[in-house]
Amino acid sequence: MEYRPDNLFQNRKFVIGGIAIAVVLLYIIQLFRLQVLSPEYRKFADSNAFFRKTLYPARGSIYDRNGRLIVFNEPTYDIMMNVREMTAGDFDTLDFCRVLDIDKMKFEQLMSDMKDRRKNPGYSSYTPQLFISQLDVREFGLLQEKLYKFPGVYIQNRTRRQYKYPNMGLILGYIAEVDKNKLDSDPYYVRGDYAGKSGIERFYEEDLRGVKGVEILLRDSKGRIQGKYNNGADDKAPQSGRDLMLGIDIDLQAYGEYLMQNKIGAIVMIEPQTGEILCMIASPSYDPSLLTGKDFGKNYLELERNPYKPLINRAVSGMYPPGSTFKPSQGAIFLQENIINIQTQFSCYHGYPPLGGRPACHGHPSPLSIVPALATSCNSFFCYGLNAMLSNREHYSSQDQAFDIWGNYLSNMGYGRRLGVDLPSEKTGFIPNNKFYNKLWKGNWNANRVISIAIGQGEILATPLQIANFAAIVANRGYYYAPHVVRQRKGVALDSLYCRRNESGIDKSVFDIIADGMANAVTSGTCRAANLGTDIQVCGKTGTAENPHGDDHSLFMAFAPKNDPKVAIAVVVENGGFGARNAVPIGRLMLQKYFRDSIPESDKWIEEQIASREILPFVYQKKAIIKAHSSIANQ
Amino acid sequence: MYNVSNETIDRGRIDWFTAGLYLVFLFLGWLSVYAASYDLENAKSIFDLSGRAGMQLIWIGTSLMLAFALMKSDTGFFETYAFVFYVFGIILLILTLAIAPEIKGSRSWLVLGPVRLQPAEFMKFVIALALARVFNTYGFRLLERKNLLLVLAIILLPTALVIAQSETGTALVYLSLFLVLFREGMPGAVLLIGVALVLYFVLGIKFSDIPMGSFSRGEFISILLIILFSAGMVWSYMKRKEVLSFMLGIPFVIFLIALIVSFFEIEIDYGLVALIALCGVFLYILYLALRFRKRTYLLILIFMAGSFAFLESAEYMFNDVLKPHQQMRIKVTLGMERDLQGAGYHVEQSKIAIGSGGLWGKGFLNGTQTKLKYVPEQDTDFIFCTIGEEMGFIGSSIILLLYLIFILRLIYLAERQTSVFGRVYGYCVASIFIFHVMVNIGMVVGILPVIGIPLPFFSYGGSSLWGFTILLFIFLRLDKNRRV
Repeated sequence: MEYRPDNLFQNRKFVIGGIAIAVVLLYIIQLFRLQVLSPEYRKFADSNAFFRKTLYPARGSIYDRNGRLIVFNEPTYDIMMNVREMTAGDFDTLDFCRVLDIDKMKFEQLMSDMKDRRKNPGYSSYTPQLFISQLDVREFGLLQEKLYKFPGVYIQNRTRRQYKYPNMGLILGYIAEVDKNKLDSDPYYVRGDYAGKSGIERFYEEDLRGVKGVEILLRDSKGRIQGKYNNGADDKAPQSGRDLMLGIDIDLQAYGEYLMQNKIGAIVMIEPQTGEILCMIASPSYDPSLLTGKDFGKNYLELERNPYKPLINRAVSGMYPPGSTFKPSQGAIFLQENIINIQTQFSCYHGYPPLGGRPACHGHPSPLSIVPALATSCNSFFCYGLNAMLSNREHYSSQDQAFDIWGNYLSNMGYGRRLGVDLPSEKTGFIPNNKFYNKLWKGNWNANRVISIAIGQGEILATPLQIANFAAIVANRGYYYAPHVVRQRKGVALDSLYCRRNESGIDKSVFDIIADGMANAVTSGTCRAANLGTDIQVCGKTGTAENPHGDDHSLFMAFAPKNDPKVAIAVVVENGGFGARNAVPIGRLMLQKYFRDSIPESDKWIEEQIASREILPFVYQKKAIIKAHSSIANQ
Repeated sequence: MYNVSNETIDRGRIDWFTAGLYLVFLFLGWLSVYAASYDLENAKSIFDLSGRAGMQLIWIGTSLMLAFALMKSDTGFFETYAFVFYVFGIILLILTLAIAPEIKGSRSWLVLGPVRLQPAEFMKFVIALALARVFNTYGFRLLERKNLLLVLAIILLPTALVIAQSETGTALVYLSLFLVLFREGMPGAVLLIGVALVLYFVLGIKFSDIPMGSFSRGEFISILLIILFSAGMVWSYMKRKEVLSFMLGIPFVIFLIALIVSFFEIEIDYGLVALIALCGVFLYILYLALRFRKRTYLLILIFMAGSFAFLESAEYMFNDVLKPHQQMRIKVTLGMERDLQGAGYHVEQSKIAIGSGGLWGKGFLNGTQTKLKYVPEQDTDFIFCTIGEEMGFIGSSIILLLYLIFILRLIYLAERQTSVFGRVYGYCVASIFIFHVMVNIGMVVGILPVIGIPLPFFSYGGSSLWGFTILLFIFLRLDKNRRV
C-alpha cells in the first residue's frame, strides 16, 4: 500500500489480528483441556449436577455464672418445597393442607410469598425453597408418615431457642428470621435463617451462630440423589456455635425481677474486681420464651404496643438524672484538684446561701466537711465546691479550662459516654460541656447558673449501668473494668476491652475519704436502711431525682463490704419518691440475697412490702380516647 | 492512485463473505437458544412464539429487515449525523439513568409498553461513528492534546454513564475502543501500561496474604516488575546500554548487600529491600532526567511513581470499591476461593457442562446439564455452555474459529477502506467483537471472571442482536460504497 500521511500505523493491524488469534488459540486449548483431557467432567455430568444441602450448626448455648444452663436448642422442622417436582408429580393440595392443618387460602398465600422474589431473592423453582418454618416434633411426625405422598416436599432440620427460666428476656434478647437488609448486607444468610435481633443474641451473633456446613450431593437427571460429590472432599461440616457463660447469677437476677415487679426502673450489680455484671434487671421485662416459636409475631406485637415499653432495656438505655448519687463523684473531683481537703467546711442554712437557699437542703449540723456532707447528702456543700472549682483562677486560667477538667474526670469515671457493655443499644447519658453551656447561655454563664449539676440534677443524665460502674470505681478506689454480661466465650478469650483496667485519674486516698462518707451515710446518714450489720459494712448513697415526668425517681448506689468490696450496685425506681423509700430497701434486699444467699427472717416484712408495692404511672395510650371521654363527661 | 470523481465510485457489492458468516451465526444462534431453553418435560416447537426460540426468530427477522434497510441507506448519512447520534445517545443514557426501573440490580432498561430496550447496547455503534467522524477531520493527529482530550471524552463519558447504570460489562466494552486508538497511533506503551496495571492488580490480590517483610509477596513481585518494565522502556526508547546496566545493577547490588547482611543472622525485610531498590533506580533516572533534560526520562519517572501508587491502592480498590460479589468473582477466577456455594457455582457448573461435551458432544438437544438448568443464564450470557455440551470440542472449536475468521475479515475490510472514517469505524466494529467474544467465552470456560456481556448473535435478546446488526451493517454499507 502506498504511503499515506493519515495511515502511518498500518503495521499495527498485525498486532490487533495477533491478539485475536492468540485469544482464540488460548480458548481452544482450554476447551481441549476441559473437554478432551478431563474425563471427570463427563462423570460429574453423567451422575448429574450438584445438590447443595445446607447443614445448620447448633446455636451456642448460654450458661449463668455458676454453669446453670439458661438457653439451649430444641429441634424443629422446616418444610421445603421444590416447585418443579411438586407440579410435575400429582400433588394433593387438599390432603397436604389437612396434614398441616392449614386452609387452602393460607396455602396459596404461603406459595405466593415463597415465589415472590422481593421477599425471597433466592427463589428458584429448581431448588427446595422454604415453605413453612418451625414445625414441632408432633406436627413433623404427622407429616412424616405421609411424606411419600407429596413429591417435591423436603424437610430441613433446624433448631429453636428454648429457655430454662422466665427471666432476663431483655439481656438474652431474641432471634428472628433475617430481614431483607440483612440478607443483602451479609452473604452468610439465606432466607429463612435466624439471627440475633437484640441483647446477647445480637451482640454475640457471630459467636453463637457457628458456621454453616454444606454437603454437596450429586443428582441424576430425575433429581434422585446419587451420592456425594468428589467423595465429600468439598463438603464442609457445620461448626457449632460457641457457648457463652454469663457473669449473671440467675438466682440473683430472678430475685431482682421479683422485687421490681409492678415498678419501672433498673437494678445493676457489678463485681468490681472484674467488671462482670452479676445481675441486670430492667423493669418491665418479659419472659424470653414469648419470643420464640410460632407465636413470635403475635407476642412481639403485644410487647411492642405495651405502653410501659417492656422491650427497652432501661439498665443500659434508660437515662436518668443521677441526683445525689452523683455527689461522691463531685467530692472526689474537688479533693483530687485540691479545691477542698478533708477538713474544708462549707455552711448550709437549709439550702445554698449564695442563691438564697436554693437548692434547698434538710436539717443537719452546719458548717460541715466532706465526710458528713456525703453522709447527710448536703446539697449546699457540693454547690460551694463546684463554685469554688469553676471560679478558681489560681489552678485554672479560665472557667472553660476548669470545666473541661471537671468534664474529663467524669468521662474517666464513665459518665457521658458509652462504657462499651456487650449489649446493643447502650446509651451515653449526658454530661454538659463548655460548648453546650456557651450555646445555652450565649457565652454568659458561671457556676451558680448551672449549680444543680453539682447535685446530679439539671442537664446531667446517667444510665443505671453508669451509676453502678461508678460505685465499682469507688469500691476499687479509682479504677474499673468495662462492665460486661458475658464472662467467658468457649474456646476464645474475651474482647480485650473487658480485660483492661481503666483508671479514673483520681487517687486512692481520695476515694478512701469518699468511701468513709458513703459508709457514714449507711451507719448514721440518709441510707441507714441499707445497714446489713457489722459483718458486712455497706457504703451507700441515696438519690432522689427530680424529673419533669412526675414524682421523683428513687435511686440508690452502694458497694460492700467497705474494705474488700465484692459487689457494687445501683438501683433506680422511676417515680419511687425519696431514695430511702424504694431504692434503698431494694438495694438492701439484693445485697442480703448476694451475701447471705437468702433473706433473713428479720427482713421478710421488707421483702413483702416491696414486692407488693405497685408504682406504675398512668399511661395515656391514646390522647384521642381521653378527649372523647372528657367530652362525654362534660355533657 | 485513487480517483475522487463521483463517476468512478464503485457501487460495489455487499461483502458476501461477512454477510454470509453473519447469516450462519444467526442460524446457529437460533438453534442454540432453542437448545438452551428447551424443556424436557414440556417441549415447545422451535417456532412457538411463546418460547425463547420463537421470540429469537422474531428478533432475527427484524434484524434482517434492519440490515436490509441499512444497506439501502445513504452512506453520507452516518458521517453527517454522527455527532447528532452521539448527543442523542448521551441524552438517552442520562434519561435511562433517571427513569429506568431497577431490573436485576441495574438501571439500564427503558420500558416502552411491551418493549424493553437497553440504550447502552445501541451506544456502541454511536460511539464508533463519533470516533470515526473525529478521526476523519482533515489533518487530524491523535497525539495533539486537544484531539486526545476529545477522543477520550467521547469514549469515557458514556462509559461513566453506563457504570452509573451498574452495567459494568458494557462499560468495559466501550473501553475496548482503546484498541482502535492504538491502531490510529496511540503509543504502544499505553497498551503495555494497561497490561502492567492488570498484572500488578492480579499479583497484588492473588498474593496479598503472604507477607514479605513490610509488603506482601504480590507487592514484592510487582515492585520488581516495575523496575523491569522501566528498564525495558529505557532500553526500547533510549537504546543506551550503560543506563540499562545501571538500572539492573542497582537493585542487584542492593539485594546482594541484603543477602550478605542476612548471613549475620539479621532478619531481612525483603519487601523493604525491594522498595529501596526501586527508590535507587528512581533516583538514578531522576538524576538522568535532570542532567539530560529528556522528556522520556520524566515519563518513565511518572510511570514508576504511578505504578507504585497504583500497586499500593490496588488492595484498597479491591476491598472498598468493588462490590463483594465482584471481589468473589475475581477471587474464584484467580483460584483463591473455590466457593461452590456462590460465585464459583456458576463457573463450576459451566465448566462441567462444557467438559461433559467431550470431543464430539452429546448431540443437539441431548445436553443434560443445560436441560436441567444447572447453568444459570444459559440462553443469554452462558449460551456457549450449550454449544460446548451438545457440539463438543469439535463444534465449539469450529464456532471459535468462525469468530476468528469473522474478526480477521473485519480487520481486512477495515484496512481496505479508503476513507479514515471507514477504517476507524471498521476497527471499532472489530474491537467490539473481539472484546465480546474474548470476555464472554473466557468467562464461560473459566479463564476470566464473570462479567455479564452477551455472545454476539448467539445470546438470546433483541437489544443485543439489533445492536450488533446495526454495528455490523453500517460498516458493510460503508464498505460497499468505498472508493477503489
